[in-house]
Amino acid sequence: METIWFIIWGVLWGAYFILDGYDLGAGALMPFLAKDEYDRKKIFNSIGPFWDGNEVWLVTAGGVTFAAFPGTYATMFSALYTALMLVLFALIARGAGLAMREEAEKPSLRSLWDGFFFVGSFVAALLFGVFFANIFKGVPIDGEGVFHGNLFTLLNPYGLLGGLFFLVFFFTHGSIWLALKTDGDLGERAERAAKKFWMGLLVLAVLFLIFTAVATDVYDNYLANPALFILPVLAVAALLLSGLFIMKSDWFKAWFASAGFIFSTTLFGVIGIYPALLPSNLDPAFSRTIHNTASSPLTLKIMLGVVLVFVPIVIVYQAWVHKVFSGKAGGTHSGYHDGY
Amino acid sequence: MDVLLLSRLQFAVATMFHFLFVPLTLGLSVLVAWMEWRYVRTGDETYKRMTKFWGRLFVINFAIGVVTGLTLEFQFGTNWARYSEYVGDIFGSLLAIESTVAFFLESTFLAVWIFGWNRVSKKMHAWSITLVAIASNISAFWILAANAWMQHPVGYVIRNGRAELDNFFAVITQKAAFLEFFHTVTGAYVLAGFFILGISSYHLLRKQHVDFFQKSFRMAAGFTLIFSLLVVIQGHHNGTEMARNQPEKLAAVEALWETQQPAPQALIVIPDPKNGRNAIEFGHIPTLLSFLAYNNTAAEVRGLNSFPPDERPPVIIPFFSFRTMVGLGFLFILLSSFAWLWRKSIINKPKLMRILIWTIPLPYIALETGWMVAEVGRQPWIVYQLMRTSDAVSSNISTTQVWSTLIGFIILYSFLGIVDFLLLAKLARRGPHPVEAPQSNPGGDV
Repeated sequence: METIWFIIWGVLWGAYFILDGYDLGAGALMPFLAKDEYDRKKIFNSIGPFWDGNEVWLVTAGGVTFAAFPGTYATMFSALYTALMLVLFALIARGAGLAMREEAEKPSLRSLWDGFFFVGSFVAALLFGVFFANIFKGVPIDGEGVFHGNLFTLLNPYGLLGGLFFLVFFFTHGSIWLALKTDGDLGERAERAAKKFWMGLLVLAVLFLIFTAVATDVYDNYLANPALFILPVLAVAALLLSGLFIMKSDWFKAWFASAGFIFSTTLFGVIGIYPALLPSNLDPAFSRTIHNTASSPLTLKIMLGVVLVFVPIVIVYQAWVHKVFSGKAGGTHSGYHDGY
Repeated sequence: MDVLLLSRLQFAVATMFHFLFVPLTLGLSVLVAWMEWRYVRTGDETYKRMTKFWGRLFVINFAIGVVTGLTLEFQFGTNWARYSEYVGDIFGSLLAIESTVAFFLESTFLAVWIFGWNRVSKKMHAWSITLVAIASNISAFWILAANAWMQHPVGYVIRNGRAELDNFFAVITQKAAFLEFFHTVTGAYVLAGFFILGISSYHLLRKQHVDFFQKSFRMAAGFTLIFSLLVVIQGHHNGTEMARNQPEKLAAVEALWETQQPAPQALIVIPDPKNGRNAIEFGHIPTLLSFLAYNNTAAEVRGLNSFPPDERPPVIIPFFSFRTMVGLGFLFILLSSFAWLWRKSIINKPKLMRILIWTIPLPYIALETGWMVAEVGRQPWIVYQLMRTSDAVSSNISTTQVWSTLIGFIILYSFLGIVDFLLLAKLARRGPHPVEAPQSNPGGDV
């Protein structure tokens, strides 16, 4: 049961990165791709109907950590207090920016909110990478959950590479999204950006896979159970496939391939730390694992029922929403809340 | 200040700020859904414009509510790690169910509503806001069931050094959960009702958009009166539940120091917690407190001094908050009665309209003070009689960390709060779009 929950935990993070990934990416790219208000409005419209629903995946991933592995939740959030608070501030800034930019009438005020949106998206994307890389690597926590280090401990070379890697995959995912959802000059810039970012991503992905072998114990699980190597293989295949579709300008398929890459990469790292959810690099005995932090069997059973019933329903209606708002996003300011 | 006090302050700032947005979301979503269904049924364009105008205020408010809600989820882990670890088995699962069952629905369909005016059918569009209204109220149930469990923990066993779920059904069907849900939601409806009454009065007083705001006023008047009555009547029930479940909280809100049987209700009281008595106390109505607390004029009501000193809640905040909340509750009945009686001729009642404009902030105060009674009155426990707040705070964070984030929250929240308030005030004053559909207005007013 704990193992099932461990997998659900990884899957929820993967789903979150796929979904919020494209709108975080679009936000972090906004100042580079948008030349004027018309472009910015298009970017906003391309993610407007989706970003809030996407962010609930984060709330759910966090909530499930709390419900299924309360001990991990407690240690992770308190030991990594400063880093997580920065993520929180970034997410608040970006949400407020998104909500308020539409209501701002003065261009200067709108630029301020766009700044919130950009900085928040950029910082969140980067920090998620730093954060997860450090989790894959293990963090210096002791048996009491005390973190022996500071914010800069997390900014070690592997953590930074993770941050850069995440940032670029959010960039790639976001520019594919914009290539799919916008047209005109902006759409063309997004297409060119997607091609460039994809190449950067390829380099970073290779570096990350190699550096993971050096800096972490993630591969131990794979060596012990070679069938699992299917995950990194899938990740690489999905990445190559997305490159192929990007070259063919088939953005719809490219997006799904990119989603597959994000998902299998997330699971690759997560499976690598099993059975820990928050490994300690001081002593494996201090790691927070599915064995020492899981909820009671009753809670896990009830939560499994809830998740198995409701998550598929959520997927159905969120897919429906993506269908309702399919096609290119408009850039006109055609009255209140009629962006599409 | 130590980590405990700072974390409590930070939680208070984050929750109270968050709760400036939640009740309007709960109430206004219901009212806007009602307006849109009237539009769908009658085809009357005024209802469509009402839907858009009030809906827009709703959306702005909702957005800030969502982003500030994130903070609360984070804080349980960051600042209250020992709490999360000890009760996460129960408390965490209620929060996770909330986001899976309700929050997804709410966020996803709100976007359909905002962006979908020309994308989905009229009925589907009205269903979107209806789903938002239903989901936000379901959401409230799970959150309040979680809080009710902190007030009155049931359905658990102590096992493996923590509280573990034993009977899920008991947790979500306990009386305290339903009472708390009902009280909070009815209070939220009162707040949304007065919000509409107040803004409508502002325009009617100036004789602008008369038909539009008369219709809005009439819809809100009956709604506000019904829920003003319900919140008070049912609030009394909450009081008796408090007397049974948390007698020391009752003693604190009444500043009753010595046990009495039967207990009178004093009309004027100034508590003196240092000396464990009241500095001023007069105007006793015999047996009234016994009656209010237990529906029995002969009942014994325990005084604070009969509880161990380390289990007594603070007095000043619960005492004054309770009086503010109750006093406002009765005022709301009075004002909404007048509003309802004169709902058809409101435009000829300038005095009432002026009063109603100034009433807008009062339900906010009532709701915040209500929470202060509930939360401060539960101290020194974080989970009543199960875990102390001082045992709940994270042991692995530093004062510097909490100081910096507390200051960060205060700065960011003040900024967001001011911007949000100015924006709502500006849009509310400006009134609805002109009768022509706003579509043909590129680059114009948003």
